[in-house]
Amino acid sequence: MAPSSERILEVRDLVKHFALTQGIVLKRQIGAIKAVDGVSFDLHRGETLGIVGESGCGKSTLAKLLMALERPTSGEVKINGIDMAKAHGGELKRMRRNIQMVMQDPYTSLNPRMTVGDIIGEPYEIHSEVAPKGDRRKKVQELLEVVGLNPEHINRYPHQFSGGQRQRIGIARGLALQPEIIICDEPVSALDVSIQAQVMNLLEKLQNEFNLAYIFIAHDLSVVRHISDRVAVMYLGKIVELGQDAAIYERSSHPYTQALLSAVPVPDPEGREQRERIILQGDPPSPADPPSGCRFRTRCWKAQDICAQQEPLLEIRAGGHYSACHFAEEHDVLHV
Amino acid sequence: MKNPSIDTHPPADEVAQEPLLVVDNLHVEFATRQGVVRAVNGVSYTVNAGESLAVLGESGSGKSVTAQAIMGILDMPPARIPKGEVRFRGTDVLQLSEQARGQIRGQRIAMIFQDALSALNPVFTVGWQIGEMFRVHRGMSRRDANNKAVELMDRVRIPAARQRVNDYPHQFSGGMRQRIMIAMAIALDPEVLIADEPTTALDVTVQAQIMDLLAELQRESNMGLILITHDLGVVADVADKIAVMYAGRIVEHALVHDIYKNPAHPYSKGLLDSIPRVDMKGQELYAIKGLPPNLLNMPPGCAFHPRCPYGRPNCVTDVPPLYEISGTRGSACHYYREVLDGTVQ
Repeated sequence: MAPSSERILEVRDLVKHFALTQGIVLKRQIGAIKAVDGVSFDLHRGETLGIVGESGCGKSTLAKLLMALERPTSGEVKINGIDMAKAHGGELKRMRRNIQMVMQDPYTSLNPRMTVGDIIGEPYEIHSEVAPKGDRRKKVQELLEVVGLNPEHINRYPHQFSGGQRQRIGIARGLALQPEIIICDEPVSALDVSIQAQVMNLLEKLQNEFNLAYIFIAHDLSVVRHISDRVAVMYLGKIVELGQDAAIYERSSHPYTQALLSAVPVPDPEGREQRERIILQGDPPSPADPPSGCRFRTRCWKAQDICAQQEPLLEIRAGGHYSACHFAEEHDVLHV
Repeated sequence: MKNPSIDTHPPADEVAQEPLLVVDNLHVEFATRQGVVRAVNGVSYTVNAGESLAVLGESGSGKSVTAQAIMGILDMPPARIPKGEVRFRGTDVLQLSEQARGQIRGQRIAMIFQDALSALNPVFTVGWQIGEMFRVHRGMSRRDANNKAVELMDRVRIPAARQRVNDYPHQFSGGMRQRIMIAMAIALDPEVLIADEPTTALDVTVQAQIMDLLAELQRESNMGLILITHDLGVVADVADKIAVMYAGRIVEHALVHDIYKNPAHPYSKGLLDSIPRVDMKGQELYAIKGLPPNLLNMPPGCAFHPRCPYGRPNCVTDVPPLYEISGTRGSACHYYREVLDGTVQ
């Protein structure tokens, strides 16, 4: 099913700073980790937005903010037009039902002392209006079937399943409350290569079946490209480039995106000596003290004086999609 | 005390006859409470000087255990090596005394581990840990060893090495820690370097830096490199040849260009087909069905047959040998010809 134009999630200027304090009794704030620093995007019904970036760029904090597991420092997260950051009590609870998460590590995200039935049915304990008590077992069995597990295994424990099967259990739990949005935080990176494709196919099948919108966070760029309609590239708490998947992968205009794409090993040895490689120097700067102006300028080969003085805004530039670079220039790194 | 047969300067003709490192029909098993786990079942490969061999496999395929057996760092017991040889410059190192192996380990065959943070000792400075190689193996003084450590940190391109030599591992980023591991591994100019998932824990841009560094160091000193990985992209980028492992055996070995063009085993074919490709967008990915086998309870015949789309009756009963296709290529599939031709049903 093609994504519709109906906006289901709107994120505006979302900021999350974690305070750095000094002193034990008299805590003084000496700075802040700017984990997410002004992120805006929309998500449409039935669409997949891929989010890529390196560790520390704020992807997972963003996911927590969207789940309302963290309160934002400022900014808005609107689900179906209602601002989640301002919601409280029953209203917040209802909103939370609508946005669920699939975790990265299926080995630590399932309680080893609970049966699969209890794990998948636990959301019904909190949101009892979705499934009355007598109904729950049947619902859980249906869910097991939907994700391709044997419904008779409802009384088994997580250790009796393999990594790929556990991830299916995690997905079933995410589906239990019939959400419209699912956040997948690195859902396949802990799995073996031969199992990854199975889980990817399941996620796509479920999206078509239930018209789900996904936020798909991953560091594997080929996986993100396969599943995403649009892709956002994050660097140090900001989105540096955002556009349709083909725009990002074939006509990227931000130097960071280009470096990221060129660094990904291509699974084809033909012509590997001629392949363009942009090797970035050094590591990303600390989010506690990001560089002035453009945050990427300390590692950028195009950097000039203006980059230190003026922060480039995320606007439509060369290539026809959003890019946050003063010297945005369309460039196909992959030549595919 | 040095073993005469592993002298640093072997006669030239000996080098020509015997590859640098030969793993020959290696078996490793572990005694567990549930029974004997046969982690490695007859693995053979060779590495020449200046050559990169990639060992590809999923978790539990035996790729790391093979490397640990070469290094001699398996805990025995519970591990046992019932059969097989590891010949380094013609000498079977498995038969050497522990003292003689200590002369090889770290000096002539070195290893880099996946997780640099847990492989480094948190309570010693990195300079001390790199310098340890020189103090223990070369009997250098602390000051000389420290100077050597600075030199090595420069060589693996750690900025401001002189200032950072007395820092502790936690003060370095993940990529820098991996560089320190590499510095320790290459400290004594080893002839074989085993890298066990060296970039799995790193971000892609840092992964590119580290793979670049490894390739350059290898070129400079003509080392043989064994790269253990599960990433088909990394293999395609750096390897000369590849060995694909499944359930403790090599199911296919080939030159890297050959296998990506035309795999000769259904498992390698399945792995390559399951990579998301641009022209496949929106379509279902090819997925190998089922799960890797339990090593305690291996299927009879070909270990891959329960997951193989081409399985035939004799696959269930006969273990396929590693058929030789050409001098550089082998496949452990009864029907490799049909897999190669694409005519398999």
